Amino acid sequence: MTQAAVEKVAVRQYKGTPGQVRRRRIELTAGAVLGSLAMVWIVTNIINSPTQFAQVFILGFRNGLLYALIALGYTLVYGIIELINFAHGDLFMLGALFASYFITVWFGQEKSNLAGWLTFLAALIAAMAFCGGLNILIERFAYRRLRRAPKIAPLITAVGVSFILQFVGIKWNGSTPRNWPKVLPQSEFTIGGVHIAWNTVILLLVAVPLLLLLTWVVTKTRQGKAMRATAQDQDAARLMGIDVNRTISFTFAIGGALAGAAGLLYQQTTGTTNYNLGFQLGLIAFTSAVLGGIGNLNGAVLGAVLIGIIQGLNDGLPIALGQKWSQTVVFTILILIMVFKPAGLLGKSTTEKV
Amino acid sequence: MMATRAARKAKKATRRPASHRTWALGYLAVATVIFVVYQYALPWEGLPLPIYDFLQLWLPPTSINEALVYVICALGLNVVVGYAGLLDLGYVAFWAIGGYCAGWFMSNFFEQWNFHGLSSVASTEPGLHINFWLVLVIGGAVCAFFGVVIGAPTLRLKSDYLALVTLGFGEIIPQIFFNGEDINGFNLSNGTKGITRLDPIPTGVKDLGPFDFGSKFVIFVLLAALMVFISLQLRRGRLGRAWLAIREDELAASMMGVPLMRTKLASYAVGAVAGGIGGVAFATHVDGVYAERFNFSISIFLLAMVVLGGMGNVWGVILGAFILSWINSTGLPALGDTFNTQFGTDIDFPSFTFLLFGLVLILMILFKREGLIPESRLRMVLHEGDADEEMKPAHEEEK
Repeated sequence: MTQAAVEKVAVRQYKGTPGQVRRRRIELTAGAVLGSLAMVWIVTNIINSPTQFAQVFILGFRNGLLYALIALGYTLVYGIIELINFAHGDLFMLGALFASYFITVWFGQEKSNLAGWLTFLAALIAAMAFCGGLNILIERFAYRRLRRAPKIAPLITAVGVSFILQFVGIKWNGSTPRNWPKVLPQSEFTIGGVHIAWNTVILLLVAVPLLLLLTWVVTKTRQGKAMRATAQDQDAARLMGIDVNRTISFTFAIGGALAGAAGLLYQQTTGTTNYNLGFQLGLIAFTSAVLGGIGNLNGAVLGAVLIGIIQGLNDGLPIALGQKWSQTVVFTILILIMVFKPAGLLGKSTTEKV
Repeated sequence: MMATRAARKAKKATRRPASHRTWALGYLAVATVIFVVYQYALPWEGLPLPIYDFLQLWLPPTSINEALVYVICALGLNVVVGYAGLLDLGYVAFWAIGGYCAGWFMSNFFEQWNFHGLSSVASTEPGLHINFWLVLVIGGAVCAFFGVVIGAPTLRLKSDYLALVTLGFGEIIPQIFFNGEDINGFNLSNGTKGITRLDPIPTGVKDLGPFDFGSKFVIFVLLAALMVFISLQLRRGRLGRAWLAIREDELAASMMGVPLMRTKLASYAVGAVAGGIGGVAFATHVDGVYAERFNFSISIFLLAMVVLGGMGNVWGVILGAFILSWINSTGLPALGDTFNTQFGTDIDFPSFTFLLFGLVLILMILFKREGLIPESRLRMVLHEGDADEEMKPAHEEEK
């Protein structure tokens, strides 16, 4: 073989084993087919009823932001200790209940006036503190002992914690859905025939700063640096003098606080609570986290907004499966991502290589 | 101090565990006693009324039969969770599929078709009527198919991803049945109304209707025994040893030439078959299938049964399934009735099931991870890397 031929062979890029190449091709084809089907569906609907499309799009976007707040809790915890915290959705449910009681029962606010808004702000802080604290306690008593145990052990415990939180929810809320007065303005404004409720704007005004704050904490502060280090390698982080237990508690606190905020916002926009809320929304939020790439903060937000919009379109558009298939649609997305792209949209490969 | 502790540990290890034969004989003896008592002693007029009432309140025949259905399913889940160490949180999907197999093939539901397969029902009846024993096979086969379909793409991923995909699957399948009243005009499942009035079980001697608890008890005991037999045989064979190897160390197992995918898939399929059989049995037990009964908590109940009894030990799982199923169906309501009438309170005892099952899962994992009747090998694996052992070098442990 001549020198040139050898170089030519070496230069050719290695694209993985034949299996990997085939798999990538299947992924691409499936993605293209699904994507084009989705495009056809969306375009048909836009032509058919443009204002309704905009309407449900905004509604879906709003729900997506809500899911993002919950999904971040999953993704933060998974990022740092590789645990799928099943109880996180139920924490959100308890946050919603806490906020309801805080505003309506303890402070007696039912109208959307100045006192109501001030209580809303106080409830935001209180619910965040409540859920953050609760999440720290859960981590301390249920998960910490199992940090080095086989993976199945903390997963089972998380399911158990979820059941206990649901029990608290049943006792606190009752076993049927409960309606609450809303202290946020109920009116709406219209742009080009599309009605937008003011509470959507308020939700945006609360959720977006929280997301920015989280990004700042994780990327810029000392504590955030400790979190990233612990996520990369716990033992090395410990050797560098990082208090790993405190860092993990801090992560749980942030995740819980976001869930608490989401609980308040959910309760104030929909006006209802139910004990199994956490299970339903928790699974949707988890799907969002997986869609974006679990462990990746931006991915969780992107995935949540996408899922919210898809769900909104499916529930509200005339040409769609409709609300009763809503969850089936979301879980089908979950299964399809798991099958074709387990790393998610922004995540790194998750198949165990060792 | 150290020495005595080590000696005690060694003594414990050398004590021979009760053999499977002892357990099997015990199982059969208990089953026979229950059957004789309920079939022959109970309807006896001379029995004092308080005893009769007591048994009806605390141990009605339906609760025993229901517990046996849970035993069948829990044994299946044990193959997945206990043997292969994979977490399946959507087991209820198989239960539902099995149940609807019974609903479709053993009732008048599909009036538009008329097919009779070895059934004892009059041939003028419309609908699909297939012999119960064949439906067991069909239900198992359909579930195995779905188990492979759902398992094949996901078993490659990390184990916690599998938990979630199965969870999603366990949500989708019941929802399809729930909304399945009108799929493009086709009635798949009769929606929330469910499918009721199933065919009786033909036994050659007589046909067993919904109220033949005694005879159905025998059938369920035999089905559970079959599952025990299958579990033990598989556990002892090549496949079972491969499962245990994977459970203990996936990397090492694959280096030793265990084909990971195929082995995991096999455990998943076996578990699914048991779920299907349990589903068919449950449908005949309640004489119908109702979509809203197949919810997430069933999957967790089954998981709690496996964890409580002892992951990987069939006898422990049977015990766990009996205890928890009894508490859920009879124990808590009966206790609530007695307590409330005694003290004039109004406490809703059945609502405490969530707390109870949650606590069972957490406390067992935290403090007695190997379950009530531990499997010896699992104990070592599960406590590997516990906080107190972390400091000691491995070779000191051996002494």
